Amino acid sequence: MNVIRYAILVGGGILMLTPFFWLVSSSFKTPATIYVFPPQWIPDPFRWQNYVEVFDAVPVLRASWNTVYITMFASIGVIMSSAMAAYGFARLRFRGRDLTFSLLLSTVMLPYVVTMIPIFIMFSRLGWVDSFKPLIVPHWFGGPITIFMLRQFFRTIPLELESAARIDGASRPRIFLQVIIPLARPALVVTSILALVFNWNGFLEPLIYLRKTKLYTLALLVNSLREFESGLDWTHYMMVVSTIMVVPVLILYFLAQRAFIEGIVLTGLKG
Amino acid sequence: MASISTTPAAQPRLKIWQRLSFEETVFGWLFILPAVLGLILFQLGPVLVSMGLSFTKYDIINRPTWTGLDNYTRLFQDDLWIKSIQVTLKYVVIYVPAALIFAYLVALLMSGRIRGISAWRTMWYLPSIVPSVAAAAVWRWGLHPEFGPINFPLKVLGLPAPRWLADPDWIVPSIVFISLWSLGNSVLIFLASITGVPRSFYEAAEVDGAGIWRQFTTITLPLTSSIIFFQLIITVINSFQVFTSAFILFGSNAAGSVAGPGNAALFYMLYMYRNAFGYFRNGYASAMAWLLFLTVAILTFILFKTQNRWVYYEAGDDNE
Repeated sequence: MNVIRYAILVGGGILMLTPFFWLVSSSFKTPATIYVFPPQWIPDPFRWQNYVEVFDAVPVLRASWNTVYITMFASIGVIMSSAMAAYGFARLRFRGRDLTFSLLLSTVMLPYVVTMIPIFIMFSRLGWVDSFKPLIVPHWFGGPITIFMLRQFFRTIPLELESAARIDGASRPRIFLQVIIPLARPALVVTSILALVFNWNGFLEPLIYLRKTKLYTLALLVNSLREFESGLDWTHYMMVVSTIMVVPVLILYFLAQRAFIEGIVLTGLKG
Repeated sequence: MASISTTPAAQPRLKIWQRLSFEETVFGWLFILPAVLGLILFQLGPVLVSMGLSFTKYDIINRPTWTGLDNYTRLFQDDLWIKSIQVTLKYVVIYVPAALIFAYLVALLMSGRIRGISAWRTMWYLPSIVPSVAAAAVWRWGLHPEFGPINFPLKVLGLPAPRWLADPDWIVPSIVFISLWSLGNSVLIFLASITGVPRSFYEAAEVDGAGIWRQFTTITLPLTSSIIFFQLIITVINSFQVFTSAFILFGSNAAGSVAGPGNAALFYMLYMYRNAFGYFRNGYASAMAWLLFLTVAILTFILFKTQNRWVYYEAGDDNE
């Protein structure tokens, strides 16, 4: 019984990882050795040069910087604004709080499709198309899932700590910054990882808002390397850029595996 | 790292609003202010605007002109729109059950007494961190009729090998396949919920002589049904909005382009994207968006209605 189980896990696991390996190995191939059978796992010739030449072919450095920039500021924004809201929802009592919270949470189920066009119109009226603002600014207004996760965590922080600070005359913002935030570090790490990965991998929004090549994110660069767009067989470069895009997330995963997994599990708990 | 628990600390629940302090109310609203603004500016507002736009003709440059139900009547005569519904529905019908069953089965395999759990988790989860742009590119090879690793064993065994992305009938199943590859999130979520079922339940069942199958149907399944339900809702909502893989494989910004042979990859979102950002038909695209929204909302509502029949919530569960 257990043998079968391990066999399926190993077999399936290898199947799951095969495309992953192919992605990385193809980034060291020539176009001619990518579509061959049987697949070359160790490329021959082994072209390290792809990783040098790709910088001449397309603006990889620029795109990497753009992606880092957007990811950083969008993630900082969503964590800060969500933490504030989560504190309000978790700890302060006021009329309309629970109603607002359930309304906010219900938007998790709102398809992005319905809001996409009006938001685009709003930003294009503001002259923000072809700038990073549409990809960053909305995140400074909180994200429902992040708020939900942080609120759950804040509610586990003992009230006594807060009352003690209040007796000492600390204001709400001070309690938030000096009592709650330091104690909530694990939850902030978890939600930050989710935000980073989400923004790093984003595609549809950059596609809509960033048209100039110099503003491209890595995802858009991968897209622009398709034959459709370039008319050239640049599959090997496409794999180089894809690998460049995957590696940071991979590192993050191995550095913070537990927090990473915990975050994903928490998004699935309830909506 | 401390584990995040979702059980709230004992907190006096104050229901009498008169006792609320003014200071607390002011700060409360201040703290949630950005989120409330976000809710209005980026969620509720746009939903209403989108409905309004769906009754207009609007290219952003000129002022919107009111056209009444015109967009909707035109939609029902638009062959491409009907095609996009067929494609999307085919995807939803195949993907939703496949994704849930597959993820649940993998999670079941990984749960219980098993060695090397973190290695298994990593193996099965890693594909999910591959950005969907790259995943689509990789699977163009993976599903390649001649060179791909999927067809190879089929050919060796002498089984019929589909032409996947090159065959209109197989395009949707191909996209399902690609989506299933990055199923790691659901696996992790199911795994956590299955592992969360108290061991004592199984021990009690064993004492009563219940076999593995009975334990599964009377303990594991009911106790994880709330998570299955939530995953079902999210999967349904997301599956109507497939975009990236179809766009990378078949999408083009060029006017009049087809999405795959016979438009077999013309997913709803792809067609909507083309209308809004390719043809600047924002009114028309908004009507599309609203119809999709209504469909998803009605489906979600129906699913919520059925939940009493099959979803089990523990008594006293903090159901927020």
